[in-house]
Amino acid sequence: MELFSLLPLFILLSSLLPGLAIFMLKEESHGLRTGLNLFGAIAKLLLVGLLIWGVFHEKLLELRWSLGPGLELVLHADALSVLFVTLSTVLWLVTTIYAIGYLENTPHRSRFFGFFSLCVTATVGLALAGNLFTFVIFYELLTLATYPLVAHKGSPMAVRGARIYLAYTLAGGVLLLIGAVWLQTIAGPIDFVQGGILSGMQELDPWQLRWIFLLLIIGLGVKAALVPLHGWLPQAMVAPAPVSALLHAVAVVKAGAFGIVRVVYDVYGVEFAGSLGLLAFLGAAASITIVYGSVKALSQDNLKRRLAYSTVSQVSYIALGTAIVGPLATIGGVVHLVHQGVMKITLFFAAGNYAETLGVHRVSEMDGIGRRMPGTTLAFTIAALGMIGIPPVAGFVSKWYIGLGAMEAGAGWWVIPVLLTSSLLNAAYFLPIVYRAWFKPMTQAWPEEQPIQGRWEMPAALLWPPLVTASLALLIGVFAAAPYSPLEWATLIASREY
Amino acid sequence: MNNLIVWVIGIPLLASLLTIIWPRRANVIALLTALACLLASILLTYQVHAGGPITHALGGWASGLGIALRIDAFSALLLLMAMLVVSAASFYANAYFADPLKQVRFWPLWLMLIVAINSLLLSGDLFNLYVTLELLGLSAVALTALSDNRAALQAAIRYLSIGLLGSLVFLAGVAFIYAGYGTLDLLQLAELARPDALTLVALALLSAGLLIKAALFPMHFWLPAAHASAPAPVSAALSALVVKVSVYILVRLWLDVFDPALSPAATLLLGILGGMAVIWGSWQALLAQRLKLMAAYSTVAQLGYLFLFLPVIVALPAGELRDNAFGALLLLALTHGFAKSALFLGAGVIQQQAGHDRIADLGGTARALPLTTFIIALAGIALVGLPPSGTFLAKWQLIASSIHSQQWWWIPVIAAGTLLATAYLFRVLGHAFGPGDSVGKVVNWGREEIPALTLALFASVILGLGSAGIWDLIVDGRIY
Repeated sequence: MELFSLLPLFILLSSLLPGLAIFMLKEESHGLRTGLNLFGAIAKLLLVGLLIWGVFHEKLLELRWSLGPGLELVLHADALSVLFVTLSTVLWLVTTIYAIGYLENTPHRSRFFGFFSLCVTATVGLALAGNLFTFVIFYELLTLATYPLVAHKGSPMAVRGARIYLAYTLAGGVLLLIGAVWLQTIAGPIDFVQGGILSGMQELDPWQLRWIFLLLIIGLGVKAALVPLHGWLPQAMVAPAPVSALLHAVAVVKAGAFGIVRVVYDVYGVEFAGSLGLLAFLGAAASITIVYGSVKALSQDNLKRRLAYSTVSQVSYIALGTAIVGPLATIGGVVHLVHQGVMKITLFFAAGNYAETLGVHRVSEMDGIGRRMPGTTLAFTIAALGMIGIPPVAGFVSKWYIGLGAMEAGAGWWVIPVLLTSSLLNAAYFLPIVYRAWFKPMTQAWPEEQPIQGRWEMPAALLWPPLVTASLALLIGVFAAAPYSPLEWATLIASREY
Repeated sequence: MNNLIVWVIGIPLLASLLTIIWPRRANVIALLTALACLLASILLTYQVHAGGPITHALGGWASGLGIALRIDAFSALLLLMAMLVVSAASFYANAYFADPLKQVRFWPLWLMLIVAINSLLLSGDLFNLYVTLELLGLSAVALTALSDNRAALQAAIRYLSIGLLGSLVFLAGVAFIYAGYGTLDLLQLAELARPDALTLVALALLSAGLLIKAALFPMHFWLPAAHASAPAPVSAALSALVVKVSVYILVRLWLDVFDPALSPAATLLLGILGGMAVIWGSWQALLAQRLKLMAAYSTVAQLGYLFLFLPVIVALPAGELRDNAFGALLLLALTHGFAKSALFLGAGVIQQQAGHDRIADLGGTARALPLTTFIIALAGIALVGLPPSGTFLAKWQLIASSIHSQQWWWIPVIAAGTLLATAYLFRVLGHAFGPGDSVGKVVNWGREEIPALTLALFASVILGLGSAGIWDLIVDGRIY
């Protein structure tokens, strides 16, 4: 069916066109802008519903557009892209609502929401990219769309943070580009194929493949914040809260992790990558990042910085799961794409609420905050427990599968200690916050308290998003075995990769 | 219908005379002329696409005696790009020159520039190329001098003397060729070309003349002052077209005509100079204090990329790989033409609104001139080589071709140039988005912004997404 195969394109356009229209809007046309935002987000959600159905029934959803010899723009939906597209789309809707509430009565909103929509378009494009060339294009576009969001406030701090962000990501982008071109010159167009397109080409020089892998992983590792390429992430914290939420949960960091998953499974093939000795390297980098991020998070008093280092650590679970050969570890790594996103976005929404309502930016200022803002703090607590890995919140499921997968692959002797250390450290930097919030009495006045308006602790547009995502984190953990749950979908992906 | 070739030269020539006779309607005449030339170039490109290269002997004289006009895929696409740029810049100039006296002086020269560009791209023999180069140089100098301030006049005088030097050297090369081969027709020369000492000396002279005019490092010293001080629409044409047609002749002579007489060492030398131009030009662009000066240095760097292609293309076997690289060279030249003219027109808008183009004082530009800021960002994306611009695809092919020809050492140059370009672009954008109000009143969708927007969209989106057509066209649309 011709129209059906255009679905990936429509999914891109559902945020691109509203985004372009929003750029043209006057600052005052608040209603129209909100309408366009929500229309785009909901239309995308409906289209993604169709996409899930199509991929589940193994319909061919592919579009090709030639840009020159060997350069083809390919949009292709497979099980892995559906997982990422769905995550982006659902969280985009929630974040849009949050951002509308958060940015009320601030300047430059048309610009903000315009780039916001472009950012999601680029993320979804990444998810739907059907070959390495298309992936690189959307990877660079994502950098361009997020830079103005990080710099949005226009303060010297924001401009500086954005500049550091740009320097890291574009330098990474150049390495990714070189790796991709090199790979294409020796192996032809690199379509993403389940099982890995290179695993069928035994005649290629293994050393060249290793160097290319290194280039690709460094290029992707910058966005995925692999140590020592993570330096930009804490600096990018100057962005407005909805941007941080999206950057950490869906867009930038996740794009890097998703790219690593793509390269290992659908370019090299996980078994072929393992036979080249590349996975040991990736696993080591991921393990170091997991532990290092957690240790750094311990000593941060600024809440958003603590969350940023937590992201550094948590995103590398995805790379860790990818670095272990075996379906169970694959499931753990892939499902963490979703789980980390849902939990981390909750934490950032909550941090934004604290800052917005009470002017609280530091962990040391949070004593007794649970009584003042119970809804937000409840959401924060659920997500924090999930991050530590306490059942039944979603984070537990991913860690469980990565652990099982490591045992199955005989890698338990180094993976299990990493998981345990990291979980202990997670507990050490999250539980004190939870304890302060609920059990310590309030000792000082809030730095900048806004008066309460209405029935709840804060405007509904800011309160509901964290509650919704926290419930989601709980539900996908409790009902992990239900049909169409992220875990079931990850299992489907794993069964198609092996 | 082969007369179309004559028309794209004849119409602007006639119009140039008309604007002198009838100065009060000069702008209308010129705008209609630009659109007519644009239409003719579209039709010509279509004809080349449908029926291959076209030759037209002016007045029916056999080639070798009369003037032969030729068009193939290479020149057709450059002509099409040039006419798009010229049309947009003409509409911009109509809004730019508020003073009627300036308009009276501007339009005849501007139309002469169009005559020169078109006849140069369509010339099929060396002597015509020499004549059109002179015409081009003289009209460009006169247009530069239209900014009547001291700096512009000095730059114009320097531009004039350098240009004349370049032409003289080129003419000496032409004389050598005539002495050795007895013909100046490019098609005949391509069949006769042999690698003897005379050919090498002649080629060296021809190339030296062209390199001065094309401002390849280290002969670029005259360019920044001239391009930065000319009126904005003139700067756009100078940077996007005038230097580029010299590169066009050079590429024609080296790759198409005297290909058999070439030594790899000579192309390698040009490649190295190109690489130095990339680094040096980008670095100077990063240090530039004024927006137009930055754009001018960026031209030095971007022309450098074109020269990187030469050693790579020569090292590739004829066939698909070579065609891929050649298409990328053309794509880069086209994209740069659109992007750089858009950047200069955008800079012109800022200069007229703010009264200056000092980068450090651009705070508030994004608020006062949102569309112009957007134009500069789009043009910048194409200059850096980020997707979805044509430059991105061209750089992809350049890296791939470097690997194929085992000249991997160009890759760090490309990477460094790209990062430096990012730095100078985002330096401007950083200031533009910063606080400040030195830019003046808010303008939305001004009539001087639309031409620049069109060019910027061509550079950053349209050419990128539609680039497959270029390779289709060059595979069997080339004459030599």
